[in-house]
Amino acid sequence: MRIEYFQLIDRIIDLDMDKKTISVEAQVPKESTIFEGHFPGYPIMPGVLLIESMAQTSGWLLLALMNFERMPFLAAVKEAKMRGFVSPGELLIVEASLVHEGSGYAITDTKIKVAGKLRCNSTIMFTHIPFPNPDLRVHMDAQAQRIGFPKQALLP
Amino acid sequence: MSTTFDQVATIIAETCDIPRDTITPDSHAIDDLGIDSLDFLDIAFAIDKAFGIKLPLEKWTQEVNDGKATTEQYFVLKNLCARIDELVAAKGAGAPS
Repeated sequence: MRIEYFQLIDRIIDLDMDKKTISVEAQVPKESTIFEGHFPGYPIMPGVLLIESMAQTSGWLLLALMNFERMPFLAAVKEAKMRGFVSPGELLIVEASLVHEGSGYAITDTKIKVAGKLRCNSTIMFTHIPFPNPDLRVHMDAQAQRIGFPKQALLP
Repeated sequence: MSTTFDQVATIIAETCDIPRDTITPDSHAIDDLGIDSLDFLDIAFAIDKAFGIKLPLEKWTQEVNDGKATTEQYFVLKNLCARIDELVAAKGAGAPS
């Protein structure tokens, strides 16, 4: 996880195109300037970044289901519950599943677990559009390679 | 059995917190009820679920942007309900929704 670059996902563990689910790993760093301010003497991962982690995980699922032809963007966080603190150094398992695939939008259910226990969950809505420019597509391809996106799962 | 309009009006009232009695078949979802595009996605989701269809929002938006259709054709509620009925009928006939 490189929080400062908004790289919150480290590795895809599982992508099931039939069940429309994904699981990823995200290692919270032991040190970050963010923890210096949130909070001094009591560092915890900000809830908005946990939501972003769930959104990014959902985004990779949607990218896969749309065959990397369209880019999802966060539209609405329908419900988000921070059920427990996430501390520096903890390993997050982030899971997402498709709830609904509409015309130009999609909804996912997503959760974060630490050591098998639920820490956060959310329902998130995305809009999606064809990639707005080639640069973004190149960037996403590079990020996909970084996190071990299984390109063989995509349609030919 | 409630009509398509009754169901859609209830969805809009509950989703957007709009008094049910202000919603009529001639209401324009955007111009009269003040529903924006993000709130309309919530409505579309609820309609998709309730009727087992997929409202072709992207196609409609493109047609409006291209000048091939007016917003009234899709967003005045009686017209929206007619489109929903068509999609439900097409689904029942085995066509892709």
